[in-house]
Amino acid sequence: MTLTLSPPSATAPPLQPQGWLRYLSFSTDHKVIGLQYLVCGFIFYLVGGALAGAIRTELLTPISDFLPRETYNEVLTLHGTVMIFLWIVPVVNGAFGNYLIPFYVGARDMAFPRLNAVAFWLIPPAGLLLISSYFIASAAQSGWTAYPPLSLTTPATGQIIWILSVLLLGGSSIFGGINFIATILKLRRPGLKLMQMPMYCWAMLGTSILVVLSTPVLAGTLVLLSFDIIAHTGFFNPSLGGNAVVYQHLFWFYSHPAVYIMVLPAFGLVSEILPVHARKPLFGYTTMVYSIMGIVFLGLIVWAHHMFTSGTPPWMRLFFTIATSFIAVPTGIKFFNWLATLWGGKIALNSAMLFSCGFILNFVFGGITGVALAQVPFDIHVHDTYFVVGHFHYIVYGGTVFVIFASIYHWYPKVTGRMLNEPLGRLHFLLTFVGFNLCFAPQHWMGLNGMPRRVAEYDPQFELINQVSSVGALLMAVSTLPFLVNVILSAFRGEPAGDNPWNALTPEWLTSSPPPVENWHGEAPLVHEPYGYGVEPGSLSLAATSGRDLWSAGDPERKP
Amino acid sequence: MRIPAAILTLLAGMALVLTGLWVGQNINLLPEDASLNAPVYDELFKVLFSIGTILLIGIAGLIVYSLVRFRRVNGDQGDGVAIEGNLPLEILWTAIPAVVVLFVGIYSYDIYDRMGGMAPLNDHSMHAMHSDAGDSRTWAGISPVAMEASTGEPPLPVDVTAMQFAFIFHYPDAGITAGELHVPVGQPVALTMKANDVIHAFWVPQFRLKQDVIPGQPTLLSFTATKPGRYPIVCAELCGPYHGGMRSTVVVEEPQTFADWVAQNSPAASPDAPTAVQS
Amino acid sequence: MTSLSSTPSQRPEALGPQTGEHGASEHPGEHHGDHRMFGLATFLVADGMTFAGFFAAYLTFRAVNPLPSGSTYELELLLPTLNTVLLLVSSFTFHRAGSALRRNDGDGCQRWLLITAALGFSFLAGQMKEYFSLPFGLTDNLFASTFYAITGFHGLHVTLGGLMILIVWWQSRQGGRVRGGDPFPLEAAELYWHFVDGIWVVLYGILYLL
Ligand code: HEA
Ligand code: HEA
Ligand code: CUA
Ligand SMILES: [Cu+2]
Repeated sequence: MTLTLSPPSATAPPLQPQGWLRYLSFSTDHKVIGLQYLVCGFIFYLVGGALAGAIRTELLTPISDFLPRETYNEVLTLHGTVMIFLWIVPVVNGAFGNYLIPFYVGARDMAFPRLNAVAFWLIPPAGLLLISSYFIASAAQSGWTAYPPLSLTTPATGQIIWILSVLLLGGSSIFGGINFIATILKLRRPGLKLMQMPMYCWAMLGTSILVVLSTPVLAGTLVLLSFDIIAHTGFFNPSLGGNAVVYQHLFWFYSHPAVYIMVLPAFGLVSEILPVHARKPLFGYTTMVYSIMGIVFLGLIVWAHHMFTSGTPPWMRLFFTIATSFIAVPTGIKFFNWLATLWGGKIALNSAMLFSCGFILNFVFGGITGVALAQVPFDIHVHDTYFVVGHFHYIVYGGTVFVIFASIYHWYPKVTGRMLNEPLGRLHFLLTFVGFNLCFAPQHWMGLNGMPRRVAEYDPQFELINQVSSVGALLMAVSTLPFLVNVILSAFRGEPAGDNPWNALTPEWLTSSPPPVENWHGEAPLVHEPYGYGVEPGSLSLAATSGRDLWSAGDPERKP
Repeated sequence: MRIPAAILTLLAGMALVLTGLWVGQNINLLPEDASLNAPVYDELFKVLFSIGTILLIGIAGLIVYSLVRFRRVNGDQGDGVAIEGNLPLEILWTAIPAVVVLFVGIYSYDIYDRMGGMAPLNDHSMHAMHSDAGDSRTWAGISPVAMEASTGEPPLPVDVTAMQFAFIFHYPDAGITAGELHVPVGQPVALTMKANDVIHAFWVPQFRLKQDVIPGQPTLLSFTATKPGRYPIVCAELCGPYHGGMRSTVVVEEPQTFADWVAQNSPAASPDAPTAVQS
Repeated sequence: MTSLSSTPSQRPEALGPQTGEHGASEHPGEHHGDHRMFGLATFLVADGMTFAGFFAAYLTFRAVNPLPSGSTYELELLLPTLNTVLLLVSSFTFHRAGSALRRNDGDGCQRWLLITAALGFSFLAGQMKEYFSLPFGLTDNLFASTFYAITGFHGLHVTLGGLMILIVWWQSRQGGRVRGGDPFPLEAAELYWHFVDGIWVVLYGILYLL
């Protein structure tokens, strides 16, 4: 680092306990909180993965033999809830959002550091509560969607604990969302314009708008559901005059946007990773921003595509088909922009890049099946089958989880000051990619041919394919090993990374690794062009330059 | 002499489209089709499959090509070219997907219409078979009106009751109650479905039809079977521990065999016999 | 390409975490960089969406789940209308409390706050009276349940708001936090109170008038 920064300001006494203990404390440092989210989320990922293992073991045979039927339903409910609310959402939003956003806007912390810590500390108790319900009474058995009247007739304790836990997690998510909106809009370093922010900021802004607008509706709905269970009101109970389909509308009004809450931040992270490792500017910044906002808007008005067989009126089906299909347009813009970012670059085939490209492939697959599902006539055949299970694992796992891994490979040097081991990383990628596709690709075929989801016993004709799928799941479980070994060993033995091993331009790299409390010794750098990589065609000799040279030698006069 | 890149790209594009079309037409991922709806559905599937294949292979190809062609050579610390955007290109790849999804949306609407999904619940000429059809709380997957219109035959009414964990079929005209659904080939069947406890779903994969059965609000589903045989009826909505075991069979028979079955099982034919419940 | 300048910041207070939640108390009278009102407004958008969800559910129930004839009930309008007036007036009195503070009239501020709180609690009393005079209970039918759920949830907001006013009243005494130069508690409670009143107007329109 040869940056000359103004001398450290003599302000700012240390904010929180030092040493590793601060990771277990009520720290208000956004970097600590980010890591707390990440590690906590990863632990829940292992729990959710172990539950997935139980599911795949049960499905090795067509009969219900490994788990009792009730337990199978508990396991699949817990798996869905843990993976969504305790792994994906907290990690892509909370972990990376907290770690990166203050850097990106040139702030020393989030807008509301204490609220931030509260938001994180809601998560572990909520998660433990959820999992403990399995041991206390019996866990919820009605799927992560908790449709009434089923959720009113299954054992009440488990369902109530499930509701409580999801309410806590929803609250955490709302607090986080408020914090991100305030940080991005209000805490920007003077001189940093909105259209100069790294793309992840836009993704988090869009996501947080969705969180703030839709999560409260879920909360209200779950409160009504709990009244139905505890106080025997009849909101959603047809036998008391209520209406079960209204619940579905309200639930999906949150849970469809929730899928973009799970994926928009991942889009943002990929937009950060690709330019660095392809040594090219992010292609089409402006259209990227508009497409994020387009996805936010469309995401709010497509929820009923989960209800095509619930007996919605025809005009509604038509509207939701068209609206849903159109999400492919802004999403497509992003994908083509990424491809154009890669095109003509100098691509480093490292683990971060491999996982990012794996993400693009898998997500396009899942997106295409998604657009197919959006067509009513197609959906009425495959709704609630393994085709849908295939679709969303391609997106949540093949998409978001791949991006989480890519991001860990990319930012690990910043967080720890050490590099991860590349061969182990590539092994991890290979195992994950093969295992993942082996596990979930065949599920599409099963769905088309008659296997419904959420069943512990199935038609024997699907036995072989299910076993293939389970082998894939086993490979995925195995793939976690090289990753864990890598992450733990490299923290102590990894090659020292230096401050900016990738020669990246975004502000988090312009400080030491790991960054100091309050992020910079001295003034925060003002980065007008976070993606200013690359050489003018023809202006400089291709072999001799790099983005780093350019930002240290470049003239600040050039128009942004 | 080198072949110009533009020509190579064009050839690759044509090969891609042909592959997609071939895959869509020739790789069959669907089970047997046994209803009037099914071939219509399969038409849509082929189109979606072709488009999907083209997109997927195209994008996968681009990525793999980029990764290989533009990979960083050892020791090269330089950057790529600083291209930040290209408006005409952006417009192009906004327009193409927009046209594609618009086409897909309109086409699938047409398919749905041909499957009978857009038909009204009852036209007023229809027999008062479904007393509650038209009530704002009755909903239809495929309404009997459509089936009657496409075959010209009056539909055979059957009442379906779904409960944890079985389907019960009741033939109001013949007074039969059964655990299996028997239907004649070629005649439309109009199901009026009710659930007793929680939400279930009636699904026959070979008919490509599914409809939730929702307590408190009757739903209608109609179909016309085209091939004799036994096909599974699957409950597709999580309804409790035995959800996976909640299955039944639809037996599609030649009209004569069906008539025999009705005659054998009608309570009128053998008044003393208990109502036949088979499974 | 990239311009990395380390220009001294014009507004250093916009950078540090100290300008966060406790910012204003460390910079008395300093409004730049205090984003708590912004955060509160965002939160109220979220809170408003909860109500929006309830209203949507109510309207859908009304449209597709007609009550069996004989169990419908016309709500009395007198008491709720009076209550509406109480809340609207209380919004105004709260506003007066704010102006009084800005005029440095601490006693006036306290007086108006107490009046506002009194109005708020009379609203709650009125609500209670209405509850007890209604011929239906929580679980009687869909309409009853929805009615109690929505008004109850709103009543909870009023209760919280009332308590907040009392706390602000306490803080606005001689030497308290509000008088000591941090108007945030007062402004926050005021914004919240206006929000709760606004929701009530919508609620009144949908539940009572429609
Ligand atoms: C992160 C999560 C995530 C994301 C991003 C998506 C994205 C999409 N989803 Fe998915 N979905 C889920 C998670 C997700 N989904 C889950 C969890 C469920 C099941 C819930 C449950 O029941 O438990 C589900 C279920 C689900 C259904 C209901 C199925 C059913 O139950 O019957 C539908 C139907 O329309 C659907 C559609 C879509 C569409 C159209 C997109 C689109 O956003 C995809 C857009 C992307 C692309 C299209 C690819 C890139 C675009 C291009 C390369 C341009 C060119 C493309 C074309 C012209 C087509 N999804
Ligand atoms: C959101 C994220 C997410 C993620 C990442 C996953 C990951 C996985 N999922 Fe999940 N899944 C859902 C979300 C997710 N799922 C949802 C929402 C549902 C619907 C639930 C419902 O219907 O209500 C679902 C349902 C679902 C089903 C359908 C169940 C059914 O309908 O009957 C299946 C079946 O194969 C499945 C499998 C898997 C597998 C094999 C993985 C694998 O990718 C997991 C790989 C990870 C590991 C294997 C972890 C490795 C670590 C270990 C194994 C260590 C062991 C740990 C200890 C010893 C403590 N999932
Ligand atoms: Cu009935 Cu599942
Ligand atoms: Cu959706």
